[in-house]
Amino acid sequence: MSAAPSNIVIVGASAAGLTTAAALRRNGYDRDLTLVDAERHVPYDRPPLSKHLLTGEWGVDRVALKTEADLASLAVDIRSGVSATKLDVERSILSLTDATDLPFDRLVIATGVTPRVLPESAHLAGVHTLRTIDDTLALSEELVAGRHLVVVGGGFLGTEVAAAAIGLGLRVTLVNSRPTPLERSLGPAIGAEVAALHTGHGVELRTGPENAVQSLLSSAGRVTGVLFTDGSTLNADVVFVAIGASPTVDWLNGSGLSIGDGVECAPDLSAAPGIYAAGDVARWENPAFDESMRVEHRTNATEQAMHVGARLVDGAPDAFASVPYFWTDQYDLKLQVHGWIPGYDEVRILEGSLVERRMLAVFRRGDRVVGALGVGAAKALRQWRQLIVDRTAWADVVGG
Amino acid sequence: MKVIADIEVCVAAGVCAAIAPDVFDQDDEVGKVILLDANPGDDQLDAVRDAVLSCPSAALRLVE
Ligand SMILES: Cc1cc2nc3c(=O)[nH]c(=O)nc-3n(C[C@H](O)[C@H](O)[C@H](O)COP(=O)(O)OP(=O)(O)OC[C@H]3O[C@@H](n4cnc5c(N)ncnc54)[C@H](O)[C@@H]3O)c2cc1C
Ligand code: SF4
Repeated sequence: MSAAPSNIVIVGASAAGLTTAAALRRNGYDRDLTLVDAERHVPYDRPPLSKHLLTGEWGVDRVALKTEADLASLAVDIRSGVSATKLDVERSILSLTDATDLPFDRLVIATGVTPRVLPESAHLAGVHTLRTIDDTLALSEELVAGRHLVVVGGGFLGTEVAAAAIGLGLRVTLVNSRPTPLERSLGPAIGAEVAALHTGHGVELRTGPENAVQSLLSSAGRVTGVLFTDGSTLNADVVFVAIGASPTVDWLNGSGLSIGDGVECAPDLSAAPGIYAAGDVARWENPAFDESMRVEHRTNATEQAMHVGARLVDGAPDAFASVPYFWTDQYDLKLQVHGWIPGYDEVRILEGSLVERRMLAVFRRGDRVVGALGVGAAKALRQWRQLIVDRTAWADVVGG
Repeated sequence: MKVIADIEVCVAAGVCAAIAPDVFDQDDEVGKVILLDANPGDDQLDAVRDAVLSCPSAALRLVE
């Protein structure tokens, strides 16, 4: 990749793709720039979908990532409603669903993730996942007061949707095969507090290994309940499934790129000469943790996009080092987490509790502080973030 | 140059305060953006542009 780029194509025009385009312009790239996205809506932000959009607090126009004027000033060709179906790395050509071929001299892969579904549920009415505006509007239409919503999955998305539905006057049961919600990511102690928060608001919890969902029950093409692996059942008017998501990489089959759990990138986020990935779809070796990771958080999408936007212009192989950040809104509490905590060895609550609306907890992996969770403790969190960046030893700041 | 911050949209990531600490701060609790200088000088232009681009909730806008 010696010649300067003059025809950059970005697949996926959401948080990562659109920010890459903006960063390219910001860095002085003034040649051809094309974004391809399967979506028909103007580029929008996803975190509000399960929060303000689902509850009806915000309208659809509020979730747009850029105003029309800002979008126009980027001078990009956005092909919306069109998907990439095939990538030919050797010839530098992308095939699209509108039967055209798009040549490029640099490519950015920003196709995000796709929600996982329960087997044989795709065509059942009353079963929902949540990734797009259309998903949100379809779910929101069914969240009618008095109905019984069963949420399958006790992660961030499942708990946020449970909270939204309670606010809308539904009866809500949250089903999770772990003993407490958010336990997989935040551990049992914080999970227990999250459980208390939800039951306090009226959510019924069915948690623990005996509550693993085996399949959905249906009648005349509409869901009627869930079947658990122990043979018991639970009736439902609506089922919301939030059991994780998989990188959207099917269109890269046969491209020769290295695909595993995501597009496997070098530390500088390149997947091949002149080809980069950014956002939820990208897996890379993060020098801040010396670990391979793929981060499904909103801030990571922007930060990787800024990095890729700079590398495309300067061609330098600088590594993308980052301490991830995410937040989740649980009722009127905002939980904020800095760091990389999957596979942590120990979590310690240093201060407060969710009930007190102020809490600080830290996570250890090996002998290092790798994460900090805060509620109403933004200032303290900033100091912990710096300690994580500095690779501080647990023994030095938390003790034995 | 005028900076506009939408407090309601802000998700308290603190990216702006890290990039342009003379222009943005965060409150100590939730961490929502505090605009220290709504009309920053030209010497801040680069940092503010980066902050606007980097904000993960599109809460910041720059009117030049
Ligand atoms: C409901 C919801 C709530 C969330 N809440 C939070 C939160 O509170 N905090 C947080 O940190 N993160 C949250 N996230 C995660 C955050 O939204 C993502 O990390 C972020 O959207 C990732 O951006 P991305 O651009 O990498 O991928 P995406 O936003 O998934 O965008 C990928 C784009 O690629 C397009 N695409 C896919 N395949 C093709 C193809 N073959 N051809 C053309 N286009 C294609 C898609 O249409 C899509 O527009 C939430 C996500 C969801 C869905
Ligand atoms: S970067 Fe954006 S979301 Fe984060 S604190 Fe600043 S304005 Fe708020």
